[in-house]
Amino acid sequence: MTRKVVAAGPLAWTVRPRAVAVAAGAALLLVLVAAINIGLGSSYIAVPDVLETLFGGGTAREQGIIFDLRLPRTLTGILVGAALGLSGALFQSLARNPLASPDVLGITWGAGAATVAVIVLGGYRGQVSGAVSALGVPLAGLLGGIVAGVLLYALSWRRGIDGYRMVLIGIGLSAIGYNTVYWLLTVGDVNDAARAVTWIVGSLSETSWDAVGPVLLALAVLVPIALVCGHTIGGLQFGDETARGLGIRVDAARGTLLLLGAALAAVATSAAGPITFVALATPQIALRLTRSAQPPLVGSMVLGALLTVSADLVTRLLLPELPVGVLTAILGAPYLIFLFVRSRREARA
Amino acid sequence: MTVVATAGLAGPRRRRQRRQRRVLGLVVLVVLLLALCAASVMFGTRTIPLGEVWTALVRPNGTELDIIVRSLRVPRTLIGVLAGLALGAAGALMQGHTRNPLADPGLLGVTQGAAFGVVFAVVVLGANGLYGYIWFGFAGAMIASVAVFLLGAAGGRGATPVTLALAGAAVSALLYGLIAAVVLGNDQGMEIYRFWRVGSIAGRDFAVTGQVLPFLLLGLVLAVVNTPGMNTLALGEDVATALGQRVGRTRALGVVAITLLVGAAVAACGPIAFLGLVVPHLARAVTGPDYRWLVPFSALLGAALLLAADVLGRVLTGDSFEVGILLAILGAPVFIVLVRRKGLARI
Repeated sequence: MTRKVVAAGPLAWTVRPRAVAVAAGAALLLVLVAAINIGLGSSYIAVPDVLETLFGGGTAREQGIIFDLRLPRTLTGILVGAALGLSGALFQSLARNPLASPDVLGITWGAGAATVAVIVLGGYRGQVSGAVSALGVPLAGLLGGIVAGVLLYALSWRRGIDGYRMVLIGIGLSAIGYNTVYWLLTVGDVNDAARAVTWIVGSLSETSWDAVGPVLLALAVLVPIALVCGHTIGGLQFGDETARGLGIRVDAARGTLLLLGAALAAVATSAAGPITFVALATPQIALRLTRSAQPPLVGSMVLGALLTVSADLVTRLLLPELPVGVLTAILGAPYLIFLFVRSRREARA
Repeated sequence: MTVVATAGLAGPRRRRQRRQRRVLGLVVLVVLLLALCAASVMFGTRTIPLGEVWTALVRPNGTELDIIVRSLRVPRTLIGVLAGLALGAAGALMQGHTRNPLADPGLLGVTQGAAFGVVFAVVVLGANGLYGYIWFGFAGAMIASVAVFLLGAAGGRGATPVTLALAGAAVSALLYGLIAAVVLGNDQGMEIYRFWRVGSIAGRDFAVTGQVLPFLLLGLVLAVVNTPGMNTLALGEDVATALGQRVGRTRALGVVAITLLVGAAVAACGPIAFLGLVVPHLARAVTGPDYRWLVPFSALLGAALLLAADVLGRVLTGDSFEVGILLAILGAPVFIVLVRRKGLARI
């Protein structure tokens, strides 16, 4: 393994060829899948034309169809998938536990409880006060997720953030969140319940430019911070004392990473619902493909986007009435299983 | 100061203290469970004094009270105790075999498998009501669990903690997606699923209990048989192998026990979440890491918490909340406070 170090002022990253290759390969695939996905619709546009239009060419009609109508959906898929992948990678590294993802730790269920409350209570069951129903579903989700993240941070804090304590507290928060959701489903009308389940599974069908803007803005802020802070993750894996010896301010680093992961999950969830399984699976898939010690951040992001957009594409081709989250699980699970079965065969051979 | 239970080189005095604490804890739990059983038969929308409960049980003469006690409250209490024992014990086994504090008893895919069985029976076969789908739930749990275990063991020397947990998470997610796909296109399936999904022990009569009882009892026996092997496994697979233990057999036994326990409990009551996930952490704070104590403790504690939540729900909310929901909404804050107050023992 040859490694290069890229330095920018006080910051430095180790570049692993294998990780770069995986991320680049996944990014190329992502462009292809996204172009096919944008081309699909009532009037089909071929992949080369889609790419040409995206890079400034194309006819006026193609520009209109793509930029006004079709790009938002695919772009939201890319952004949400990337956010979930990155969030999952951060939480799994923090907790040193492959099962630690924003939904297990209560972030997405916090967002879920707030959103489903708006859907169900604002539905047939009578009226919520004007302010709440006007806020609408995305904002409720964002607030719920952020509240859950802050709670997780505050409750886990006791002379520092301890990964194990964070995991246990997260279990508790998550239980409160999803039981609130399922209770709301039982009191609601069956049509509201179906809408709420669609949202819980995660759906891209109702996205528009209005939805893309906030997500794009949030990610533009959060992702660079995560990548800059990411260099502490490796050090934290060795335990607190070693990490302190390496010059990492352990508590500050953990707190920052936790809140970043929570914010990313909350933003993604508010845009498209907690698209199932992406946050849990893509960091683990990226980990196995790059053969690194902990989930790689960039790889998890690109693979998260790829899984989400591919699932959206398959959904639209085969089962147009289903939410995308159904397919992320159905596509992602077998691939993850295949990967770890294969990696263990190699280990034995 | 966080107190973390340490195994290993405890002095004779410490060992005696721990032993006393465990025995005392066990006695307290048994007494508490009996008291809760009595409360569960007495309290509800109308309170029945213990004397009249006794009359109803021993010399029934067909009054309304007798019918309430014999056909509603006693079966409900019994299935609550059984489901609680099963989920508590299965949670301890699951966390032990996956070495993962986030492991829920349903992680093997048992819960989602059962849910898929129920949804399949309702939507495809038009089953209606508990008797129509209980066996499909059980069959779904079995199939999913075997699939997860085989996947977790594929291509290696058998299932390891990490592969078991990941295979379980992957299969559960897959089934979850399929369930969503089915119920979203079907109002009747949606209607049954959303009520089944939260877990309840109301409206289960002796017939339901009788159907799942053999599986639960066998599961409990296997769980207890599995505990010495788990103590050895906790030292690490290589050490366990070196000590002459058949690791694969111990794992398989654990998986069979978990499947029987969770499959039967979920088929009868729906997936009561949170209980099996949290109870082992609470029990471990008293027993320490010895599975021979931890599994029975978790079982008793699971039963006690489930009954307590059910009785509270009946008395406070007139049975308008399913027990699964109440358990989590009341239990989770308490659990969080406990975690913050004392560091719970690690796995």
